[in-house]
Amino acid sequence: MTLPRLPARLGLFLIALSLLVLPFALSAAGTAWVRIANLAILFVFLSLGLNIVVGFAGLLDFGYVAFFGVGAYVYALLASPHFGLHLPFWLILPIGALVAAFCGTVLGAPTLKLRGDYLAIVTLGFGEIVRIFLNNLSQPVNLTNGPQGISRIDPVRLGDISFSQSDTLLGLTLSGPMKYYYLLLALLLVVIVINLRLQDSRIGRAWEAIREDELAARAIGVHTARIKLLAFAMGASFGGVAGGLFAAIQAFISPESFVLTESIMILAMVVLGGMGNLWGVIAGALLLSFVPELLRYTVEPLQQALFGRLLIEPEVIRMLLFGLALVLTMRWRPVGLWPRKVRHRPASLPTGTGGCP
Amino acid sequence: MTAPVLLSAHGIGKSFGGVRALHDIHLTLRAGEIYGLIGPNGAGKTSFFNTLTGLYRADSGHFEFAGQRLDTTAPHRVAAAGIARTFQNIRLFANMTALENVMVGRHLRSRSGILAAILRHRRQRAEEADILRRALELLHYTGIGDCANRLAGTLSYGDQRRLEIARALATEPKLLALDEPAAGMNASETAGLRTLVQGLREDGLSVLLIEHDVKLVMGLCDRIAVLDYGEKIAEDVPAVVQHDPRVITAYLGSGAEDDDA
Repeated sequence: MTLPRLPARLGLFLIALSLLVLPFALSAAGTAWVRIANLAILFVFLSLGLNIVVGFAGLLDFGYVAFFGVGAYVYALLASPHFGLHLPFWLILPIGALVAAFCGTVLGAPTLKLRGDYLAIVTLGFGEIVRIFLNNLSQPVNLTNGPQGISRIDPVRLGDISFSQSDTLLGLTLSGPMKYYYLLLALLLVVIVINLRLQDSRIGRAWEAIREDELAARAIGVHTARIKLLAFAMGASFGGVAGGLFAAIQAFISPESFVLTESIMILAMVVLGGMGNLWGVIAGALLLSFVPELLRYTVEPLQQALFGRLLIEPEVIRMLLFGLALVLTMRWRPVGLWPRKVRHRPASLPTGTGGCP
Repeated sequence: MTAPVLLSAHGIGKSFGGVRALHDIHLTLRAGEIYGLIGPNGAGKTSFFNTLTGLYRADSGHFEFAGQRLDTTAPHRVAAAGIARTFQNIRLFANMTALENVMVGRHLRSRSGILAAILRHRRQRAEEADILRRALELLHYTGIGDCANRLAGTLSYGDQRRLEIARALATEPKLLALDEPAAGMNASETAGLRTLVQGLREDGLSVLLIEHDVKLVMGLCDRIAVLDYGEKIAEDVPAVVQHDPRVITAYLGSGAEDDDA
């Protein structure tokens, strides 16, 4: 990667700096906001994972939250009193990623010949299957504890530092959520780099080729079945990691967190932001994570001030605006708010060999 | 001409329901040859292409390619064996640049996987640089070097045809199968295509050509096979085929039906 120019570098520095001080600003408004930021980062993880499947490879996936759930349950089972296992997080997260990737492959295998709507229906079914499994695997052997979910999940621990308590470092008090924020931020950086590198690689190009014209891709030698499975597995593994972190942060999970509307929410983030464009997807995920929360905190006081009582529940307004935003996007910007740009590569050979003027 | 046989079809048959698209097709293509496949619309030319390149499964018969039985169970195996094709109705990756289209063509001849892409180690970077260089070379070779960073879907019709050929060449084929490359081209574009295909042959490639433009086929091909209703009715050098009464009947029909031949 070449170093960006000076203004870009300055911009990058400013973004990095504001991301670093953000939790302090947020915690001034209440620790809840730091938690919201953490959840937003998790949704960025999920959106980036789904973007591999939907945005790069063009495979519509309505069951993506299943991998989030798989990752979360892997973490919960391996680090909670439920089985009495307490493995460290740096071991569980890769396991969760692998298990989710495996599930992605299992989902992908029977759908290889499906496209578009049909694929969407099958993936939707898969998402539900996983949720129902989680709900019912409390007997004959109590694997998932059913609808009660799993509680008292271990927080992330690094050496002596537990992420569930406050610590004072260099005179700064870091609360648990703030510590998670920095952990998530660091992991997010890794995920972004991985995504950037994947996109600009042999596999990434093959994904895009399949999205553009699967038959043509096969005819020039792309093993489409394998490459599609790779997309499913890779996308799912991001979901698995996000799920593990979710379980650690929440300390409690139940099948209710992994329902169809979550899948649709993640898909909406990808589509709203701009399928296939990393930065667009990140923007979409942040927008759809923060704006509803902002509404939650503003709509009620606003109505109290205007009408003296609560007319419409914040949750209802949230979903109304959410739907409206999607409809407007589809109508006026079907490619998303921040679509993919043409990637210019150095054409180092001498030009002037005909073709385009 | 006694060049070795590159491709031979042995009794290829293919039916769709009750429609017999191909029946007992035998033909032989020698290395370094430009071999034309002509026939009226619906004669089975594209079906033959699709059977050869693994998009259709043949009901009977098999192909031999470069001395070995060709595995036509999957298109990517055919491509790996050394047969690359273009499509009658251009099938480019429209939202990728011309350069990226050709880079995808290098997929078969490169190896880096997911892990290499993430780690970007030295071998992967070298391979990427090689892919980029080869793709650029091919764009220049096919005469569209200046289009490298344009989206494939925005190129002119003739340039899209050229790009499809460049992408096919990126797979390092021994045999290039062109499905009506001159369809919809104007006279100067067709002339350019002719020069390009002749250049390919001079560079050692064999070409299997489906084409409706009879002038182009007659001027370009070493030998021609004529299909009609799924059967081969003639195979010879252009001068002989041109005067074969069965070919004339097939093209003009026994009545006063007119065709572009």
